[in-house]
Amino acid sequence: MFEFLSQFIQRSILQGTALLFGSTGEIITEKSGNLNLGIPGIMYMGGICGVIGGFFYQNAAGRSINPVLAILIPLLASLLGSLAASLIYSFLTITLKANQNVTGLALTTFGVGFGNFFGGSLIKLVDSDVPSIALTKIAKVYKTTLPFAEKLADSENIFGKILYWFCQTFLSYGFMVYLAVIIALVAAMVLKKTRVGLHLRAVGENPATADAAGINVTAYKYFATCIGGMIAGLGGLYYVIDYANGVWSNNGFGDRGWLAIALVIFAVWKPNLAILGSYLFGGLYILFNYIDGASMQVIPLLKMLPYVVTIIVLIVVSMRKKKENQPPASLGLSYFREER
Amino acid sequence: MNNVAAVELVNVTKTFGSVVANKNVNMDVRKGEILAILGENGSGKTTLMNMLSGIYHPDEGQIYIDGKEAVISSPKDAFAYKIGMIHQHFKLVDVFTAAENIVLGIDDGKFDPKGISKKVEEISARYGFEIDPTKKIYEMAVSEKQTVEIVKVLYRGADILILDEPTAVLTPQETRKLFAVLRQMREDGKAVIIITHKLHEVLSISDRVAILRKGEHIATVNTAETDETELTELMVGQKVALNIERDEPQGSVDRLTVSHVNCVSREGVKLLDDVSFTAKSGEILGIAGIAGSGQRELLEAIAGLQHLDGGEITYVNPKNGEVVNLRDKNPKQIKELGVRLSFVPEDRLGMGLVGNMDITDNMMLRSYRRGKSMFLDRKRPKNLADEIIKSLQVVTPGTSTPVRRLSGGNVQKVLVGREISSAPSVLMVAYPVRGLDINSSYTIYNLLNTQKRNGVAVIFVGEDLDVLMELCDRIMVIGSGRITGTVDGRSCTKEEIGYLMTKTEKAENEEGGKG
Amino acid sequence: MKKEKNAKTAAKPAPSLKKDREMPFYVVKRGDAAKTPGRSILIHGGAILIALLLCGIATIFVTGDNPISIYATMFKGAFGDAHNLWKTLQDIAILLCVSLAVTPAFKMRFWNTGAEGQVLISALATAMCMFYLGGAVPTPVLMLIMILCSILAGVIWAVVPAVFKAFWGTNETLFTLMMNYVAIQLVEVFLKVADKSGSNTVGPNLLKHGWFPELFGQKYLLNILIVAVLTVLVYIYLKYSKQGYEISVVGESENTARYIGVNVKKVIIRTMVVSGALCGVAGLLLVAGTSHSIDSNLVGGRGFTAIMVSWLAKFDPLMMVLTTLLLVFLDRGASEVTTNFGLNSAYSEILTGVIIFFIIGCEFFINYKVMINRNHPFFKKKEQEAAKEVL
Repeated sequence: MFEFLSQFIQRSILQGTALLFGSTGEIITEKSGNLNLGIPGIMYMGGICGVIGGFFYQNAAGRSINPVLAILIPLLASLLGSLAASLIYSFLTITLKANQNVTGLALTTFGVGFGNFFGGSLIKLVDSDVPSIALTKIAKVYKTTLPFAEKLADSENIFGKILYWFCQTFLSYGFMVYLAVIIALVAAMVLKKTRVGLHLRAVGENPATADAAGINVTAYKYFATCIGGMIAGLGGLYYVIDYANGVWSNNGFGDRGWLAIALVIFAVWKPNLAILGSYLFGGLYILFNYIDGASMQVIPLLKMLPYVVTIIVLIVVSMRKKKENQPPASLGLSYFREER
Repeated sequence: MNNVAAVELVNVTKTFGSVVANKNVNMDVRKGEILAILGENGSGKTTLMNMLSGIYHPDEGQIYIDGKEAVISSPKDAFAYKIGMIHQHFKLVDVFTAAENIVLGIDDGKFDPKGISKKVEEISARYGFEIDPTKKIYEMAVSEKQTVEIVKVLYRGADILILDEPTAVLTPQETRKLFAVLRQMREDGKAVIIITHKLHEVLSISDRVAILRKGEHIATVNTAETDETELTELMVGQKVALNIERDEPQGSVDRLTVSHVNCVSREGVKLLDDVSFTAKSGEILGIAGIAGSGQRELLEAIAGLQHLDGGEITYVNPKNGEVVNLRDKNPKQIKELGVRLSFVPEDRLGMGLVGNMDITDNMMLRSYRRGKSMFLDRKRPKNLADEIIKSLQVVTPGTSTPVRRLSGGNVQKVLVGREISSAPSVLMVAYPVRGLDINSSYTIYNLLNTQKRNGVAVIFVGEDLDVLMELCDRIMVIGSGRITGTVDGRSCTKEEIGYLMTKTEKAENEEGGKG
Repeated sequence: MKKEKNAKTAAKPAPSLKKDREMPFYVVKRGDAAKTPGRSILIHGGAILIALLLCGIATIFVTGDNPISIYATMFKGAFGDAHNLWKTLQDIAILLCVSLAVTPAFKMRFWNTGAEGQVLISALATAMCMFYLGGAVPTPVLMLIMILCSILAGVIWAVVPAVFKAFWGTNETLFTLMMNYVAIQLVEVFLKVADKSGSNTVGPNLLKHGWFPELFGQKYLLNILIVAVLTVLVYIYLKYSKQGYEISVVGESENTARYIGVNVKKVIIRTMVVSGALCGVAGLLLVAGTSHSIDSNLVGGRGFTAIMVSWLAKFDPLMMVLTTLLLVFLDRGASEVTTNFGLNSAYSEILTGVIIFFIIGCEFFINYKVMINRNHPFFKKKEQEAAKEVL
């Protein structure tokens, strides 16, 4: 039982982490009033840029991998890629006041295409002699877990077993799983408790009021969209390097980007709730593996659950009209200050 | 200590395009005094104050704060000069608490909610506010929101407070409380500027009164040495002859009767308070009043756009004498009842017309349903558009020009032309000449007179008293959602209307029929 | 009213607070937004040209080929021979059909991001009719049932979010977006039920009946004709019908709609019924007229691309023919290039993205004017320098 539960929770967390990055990023973005439907594309960009960075490093380093560089190079490459994508979105929607939905969808088309193109053609483009992109060495560094968990594996006494179970369930991950949680908690804290968070929320709720109070609306929108995009991009990086063991497969990331956007609603725009939500969604995503006799037909129905649940949350929230749980009031709208 | 003015305006001029909002205004306010600014709509009060709060920048002239010249180019600059303005429309974030709104935009190092609450409570205690720093704005009544706005500027250390019509949204009790607070601020040595239309309030709260008329500063008088009559005269000025033609009404009969209509806003404020009147055929009924006294709600209630919380609106069909009740009907139903009601709303491009559509398509807004076909008949609207362009001399490249591209006067001609074209028996027009040049204005007056001659009951909501007095047969005055009086257009005086406009129920009770 | 003149002379000029932080440029809305056709066409054309050049440069960089041969290859891929041409026309037809479907709702400012799901669910309905009724009923009857079912499915998928939007203001963008994935999973269920082998498609071998007939030996001709007719119909509906007029009014200003007594809720729901029905047709064409198979990626993102097509064409069905042509040309052309060089076909999505970025970006210059802030120190300095030079 322990064994089973432990394994299920573990896999839910592994599955949910990519979603957590994505939804935290999208929450921060939406709090500034930008509905960024480009997040799925940005996550692809973050993933592939990390892969490209890692690919070059792994090829250059050959056998001797420096763990620090192995982590930093893909990480920075990923952040740069998603920053560039976020800047495209920000420039178009904030500075040029373009329609957010159309820009976001275009960015997703672009980002997914970018990911799949370079994922599928990188080897040919650089005339490399490796058969496929497999960043296994880097993945290994990324997946390094805390050292003490394994030592308890053979423990005989009951405390040792429980401790082992605990460590297996909560401490047996690569650093990015914790990073996702930390980022979500910090984001929740910043949004709720700090001046920057207050100002950011004001921008998303009522940009005219924020402007009148002397808050630089444009700067906040850029800032939130770019930071949010970069966090979401890490979700793409996590997925390829950690979850998929450094093996890029086209469209492998699937619809996780959209699921991350769904999660924003599910978590009613609160990053701390997104932590639980993402693991729950992650669990639903893999639940079919654990239900005895789950026939093939049932699997898609289970996969449908996160979306149905999200729709229900969306409906309930809009019907109850509780002010705190509403989307930011200016979500999806460009702000234009009339000449004064 | 009162030697140096807290604020001094010297020759301040501000124009918007060709409209002069303020012209060579010289004015000052001292520390420890309450200055009331009095003036009709469009007299430039708010523009003037917006220049102090950094929203506009004067084209000419200087502003001196504590005797030093000041350049105020943003609300942030205004804060730096310790100027705080409480706008008529609150600038608050609904889902935030009072405390969060109060500190919004301040960068003073550490963010410390407890410290903020403490400081807010300190300020409240000092001036006698009642405020819960943790309460959300959307849970607040209007008066509480106003308190938050005031605390917001005090929190920023404002020494000069500007309040733009603060009492417009308050009950008498709340107004009394507010005034107590303002007096406390005066004791504290702060300079307080209050914009208001209500004479009795001016007299009860202020030390001096500055009167603006048509953008110019007319006079500043000591409150103790003046009375309502003098203030009204200064505010409305001399009657100006406009030579608008006016015929005697012919064969007037009751056409539209409004009886005991009440209307309450979502916040529970009374927008219309027991309004009753009758509009007669063949006459122009003017409605005068300070902007936002319920004119819009009244017209929208008649047009079927405003939910009534009581009362009846009835219409007598001129064809068969049938009496129709318009209450709780929407515009489509009203039309289907055979009521020939035309309405030129105040918001021309936001309600009366669609800016992005061309003239032809705008012509059929009210009539597109005609006929059983599922397709539009554009022939008739096109002909109508041609006709209106020709007869009203609309300046436009053609009927396929989007109305947004027309000038204000031409937009209004298109709108009025369309509303008249349906041969109404009741025609309601709201501020039909606002922003129009002289010639276009006279075109509109002539159109209204023609309608009157045709036996239409015309309801004219206006702001220029001179126009109302020359155009209308009767003038009804509305104040705070109530009808404060109806006068004869031919025999009334400007002061009479001015007095009715600024009079409220409270004034009568408190001042005991003064003036 | 006495003025203390000496206070003025004693005053020092105040520091110009924060002035220098303001931008050297500022932006004003054009009063005559977008209605000067000449300028609009010029700006759009310029944006597309720059985007195409940029794409060309990127392609040179990626393939190392010379630009003229790349454009030639792209042209060949899209229009080169009869087969390619028909395929291109077919792609245009389907994308255009979905774009037509989203347009009425968009014109009303209802942000339907769920066309993908609405088309897919109709495709599923069609496939199910073919699968379960194929052979059991005469083909004409089957066809009729297919048409009804696919349209009904599309309508249901579209109208549910519309009802919630109309009555409770539920965010339609997010709602319709989620509905897409519900539809995808429903298709997956069908795939698993219909094909026990666990394959990811239910192909022509299982959907044998109810195929659209070939016209003049051309497989796609019927699809193309149907969409051509629909284009004209939607154009007429939006431009000449009373309902289309109501859609425009609601989209432009709800206040005006109220003023003329239009029931906004009713219009929202009715318009989404139209949108859903058109999506239903698209789903029908995809399954019965094109692939004779179904899989969860059948729509292939057209639901999203359609949003961009419609937006780029300013919701004008006739203009949409051109925008679909542009996007399909890029798609087919790019895939020809990438195949030639053994690269991944996703390249076309990158090009599509870039083109759209440029077109939506250029809208700004149609709607706004960029002005120079003469008060900015940057220009002040220049002016002073210029003044000095004159002296």
